[in-house]
Amino acid sequence: MAAPVSGGGRLCRLAWRRRAGALHSGAQPAALGREPGKVAAAQSGVAPWRAVVGLEVHAQISSNSKIFSGSQVQFTAPPNSLVSFFDASLPGTLPVLNRRCVEAAVMTGLALSCSINKKSLFDRKHYFYADLPAGYQITQQRLPIAVNGNLSYTLCVGAKQSQMVTKNVRIKQIQLEQDSGKSLHNDARSQTFIDLNRAGVGLMEVVMEPDMCCGEEAAAAVRELQLILQTLGSSQAIMAEGQLRVDANVSVHHPGESYGVRTEVKNINSLRFLARAVDYEIQRQIEELENGGTILNETRAFDYKLGCTIPMRDKEGKQDYRFMPEPNLPPLILYDAKSLPANIDDQQVVNIDWIQERLPDLPSVKRVRLVEQYGILPEHSFTLLNEDGLMELFEDVVRETQMNPKKVIGWVISELLGHLKQYDLTVKESPVNSLSLADLLNLLERGVISSSAAKQVLEELWKGEGKTPLQIVKEKRLELIQNQRELDQICQAVMEGHQEEVMEIKAGNKKVLNKLIGLVQRATQRRADPILVKQILEKKLSQ
Amino acid sequence: MLRAALREVSTALKEGQVSPTELCQRCLSLIKATKCLNAYITVTEDTALRQAEESEKRYRRGQSLGDLDGIPVAVKDNFSTTGIETTCASNMLKGYIPPYNATVVQKLLDQGAVLIGKTNLDEFAMGSGSTDGIFGPVRNPWSYSKQYREKCGQNSHLENEDSSWLITGGSSGGSAAAVSSFTCFAALGSDTGGSTRNPAAHCGVVGLKPTYGLVSRHGLIPLVNSMDVPGILTRCVDDAATVLGVLAGHDPKDSTTVQDPFNPFKLPSVIDVGKLCIGIPKEYHIPGLSSETLKVWSKAADLFENAGARVIEVSLPHTCYSIVCYHVLCAAEVASNMARFDGLEYGHRSNMDKSTESMYAATRREGFNDVVRGRILSGNYFLLKQNYEKYFIKAQKVRRLIANDFVNVFSSGVDVLLTPTTLRDAVPYVEFIKEDNRTRSAQDDIFTQAANMSGLPAASIPTALSEKGLPIGLQFVGRAFQELQLLTVAKWFEKQAKFPILQLQEMLDHADALSHQKISLSS
Repeated sequence: MAAPVSGGGRLCRLAWRRRAGALHSGAQPAALGREPGKVAAAQSGVAPWRAVVGLEVHAQISSNSKIFSGSQVQFTAPPNSLVSFFDASLPGTLPVLNRRCVEAAVMTGLALSCSINKKSLFDRKHYFYADLPAGYQITQQRLPIAVNGNLSYTLCVGAKQSQMVTKNVRIKQIQLEQDSGKSLHNDARSQTFIDLNRAGVGLMEVVMEPDMCCGEEAAAAVRELQLILQTLGSSQAIMAEGQLRVDANVSVHHPGESYGVRTEVKNINSLRFLARAVDYEIQRQIEELENGGTILNETRAFDYKLGCTIPMRDKEGKQDYRFMPEPNLPPLILYDAKSLPANIDDQQVVNIDWIQERLPDLPSVKRVRLVEQYGILPEHSFTLLNEDGLMELFEDVVRETQMNPKKVIGWVISELLGHLKQYDLTVKESPVNSLSLADLLNLLERGVISSSAAKQVLEELWKGEGKTPLQIVKEKRLELIQNQRELDQICQAVMEGHQEEVMEIKAGNKKVLNKLIGLVQRATQRRADPILVKQILEKKLSQ
Repeated sequence: MLRAALREVSTALKEGQVSPTELCQRCLSLIKATKCLNAYITVTEDTALRQAEESEKRYRRGQSLGDLDGIPVAVKDNFSTTGIETTCASNMLKGYIPPYNATVVQKLLDQGAVLIGKTNLDEFAMGSGSTDGIFGPVRNPWSYSKQYREKCGQNSHLENEDSSWLITGGSSGGSAAAVSSFTCFAALGSDTGGSTRNPAAHCGVVGLKPTYGLVSRHGLIPLVNSMDVPGILTRCVDDAATVLGVLAGHDPKDSTTVQDPFNPFKLPSVIDVGKLCIGIPKEYHIPGLSSETLKVWSKAADLFENAGARVIEVSLPHTCYSIVCYHVLCAAEVASNMARFDGLEYGHRSNMDKSTESMYAATRREGFNDVVRGRILSGNYFLLKQNYEKYFIKAQKVRRLIANDFVNVFSSGVDVLLTPTTLRDAVPYVEFIKEDNRTRSAQDDIFTQAANMSGLPAASIPTALSEKGLPIGLQFVGRAFQELQLLTVAKWFEKQAKFPILQLQEMLDHADALSHQKISLSS
């Protein structure tokens, strides 16, 4: 059992202990899966630490145009080529809310079990920065579009990472806001270049409550969120392209005491770095506190090269953002079937119920269906969803073959995915598509080839020469010998050539039979079905 | 011809009595003749003549675009105009040439109007005198009128009048002066706290502030987004209705414009005010109100009563909090709106290059005048986390109470409110600058800003001349989106008031003489 943490009914199965030298030898979470406190206290008499991690995730909305202007959204465009007058904050320009961005946020809110606010408001958040042309960001500080949601995610635990544990993180709110532009600093010439292509792209800021307690949990939660966003299409959520950006709020405290001072870790651009940054920061804080230091409420950047967090120098002191209602945008009113006014133009309103009805199956639902429909293991359902396009490939193959899905999954995960990982390819880039894999598995299933021959064929297919599995089988003469008489003769010849072994078997040493089977396989270049060979040999030996 | 109302000159154009080019040229030369008024920041002579030529072609083809085709109009220099410098009378935007037209400007051009120039104002429209812009103060054309000069008993030597000339009021003083001195037939102003109505009153023209949400603000460089409205300055109420008909309506580029379709209207020629109820807010009877303005106000009330209207005293109990509340909200939005002027994307940029921050600071110090900087500072103070509740939220609550005052009065059966527009007639510049901008605004916006706080339509109608021979205007405030009713009442009143026409001949003759002198000197 886990112990409740002060300030909420949250359960945490993790306890942190300072480990000497941990900071320098690569931080690792301690005592995974252990009951917090107990073991640690018994070992050293020092109270254990508990870490608290909350996340703010900025997801770029996948939309054709920006949230308040008609400029296109495109990741790869020449600098400052997608900038409207509004994006450059020319005086007199006004924001016009993009309906698509609202729908994306509602969709995301519904998928995260949020309450959707029928009325939400926009605010200005002021700060001077070169890539923020208006001197303020339009966001939703007072009344965001969605609140009080929940995200379930699953962690693999245990020695072999084979045990699945499902956890929850509460979603505080989702707010719509504008992205800023990009500053490119040239330190050598002390110049800053500004690219406003990103300025004004729609963002959903998903604020997660501090319900996580280590980097792995944070990474797993974000991974699940990423899958949900991608399933919805509300964001492409590619971290490497900055479409999903994560800030982590980290603090440590002793169980039973109130939360510690938190730091905010920024600059995290992959899930792996998220886990590392959070764990590093937890260990750093513990070490700091145990050495009698204090934690400052500061913003730190994760340096992925050094693997550590460092204070950000441009954030001197506390910023006062001087929030103010955005006067140019009326309250955002959403409707449901009940409140929808009669005779209203569909294009003028966003109907929550309409969006709810059209939500696609979420990853969690898909996983349950995969397990139920195909009888595969839950962890395999995770693997299928984690790789973009893998589930579709698996289902296509299952549809095209007579092979049991439980066998298909092995081929898809161990063989196909294994190979893709080895060469760092995505499913889309795979030279072996669902069709050729299905063809191959059908050959195996129909007994045309052995499973070892099938692997050989797969190797050929990787070369991407456009040959069908059958062509390869033919060219390489990999078919199993179907002709009983031919096999009979080969077995006969092997027995005749190895009289000593035959005598031994007849004398009762059945183990030697395997040697004969092996010899037959060698004689047929492994094209014989071993079961059939065994049957033939047994029959002949008993004659 | 130039003294005619828009409606009349429009008829003349249609009937071919005058051509658009001719009209444009006459206005351009009058602008030159009245240059000392400093009403215009930019005179767009070339584009105006080109537009007039286009208009002329349309008339020749019999394809006139409507009542505004070929009519010279002026636009306050805080509306974006494609390819034409738009300065807001600030160093910050000196040399800034917008790449787009404000919606209202585009609508005027689409109707064939000829844009004759951009008019002077207080820097970023912050002021009530049109005295605080980098191009210098606007002079009230009435300073040079026969009416004023006779009353003042001054001799008419224009060279020595530097101490007696009057302010126009503001901040749309350039537009008011332009319309009043016959250099254009209509002008756009902006109205945030009275910036259209105040100079209209001082310059003896009609100033209309439409209902918030009726006319697009897209392209109007903002002062206070939640109160700004493009204003209309014309020589008569009918003309204001005509221009409103062109400007009003939903704009997809301004989300605060209402979606309900707007039907342009013509005001009736026979008006009966007998069934109307005119409200006289008792709180507007304040100590600072000049006795002659008070007299004009009560005479106007009598006029309505005599015509059979019900004239009742009404109460707007939160009036006394209005001006201070207006200043808090105004400063807060100004602080926010001015944040974009950092010298990076457009406008002035300081040479200071020590760091981005020092460049921002120097740019803003060099670009803004004291008034603007003062409002930015106080606005940021009001928005600080520890002050937000105390100032901004409180002011917003009071704003709601003020708006509710009007709702209550109108729901009690009052159709239109009648109030003074300003405390008194226009004062000489030397007088005006004795007080600072902040004090002046607080006094001058006293009767006007409540309509902005509550979003209601209001119009200042020239009513009578003061003892000094200067215009006194009265203000009508109507129900939201009831411009037809408001302007109908105003038109009836205008007819009764018989406000005299500005007599500028002396000044024009003088200018004429001057220009002849120049010509003879140069030849």
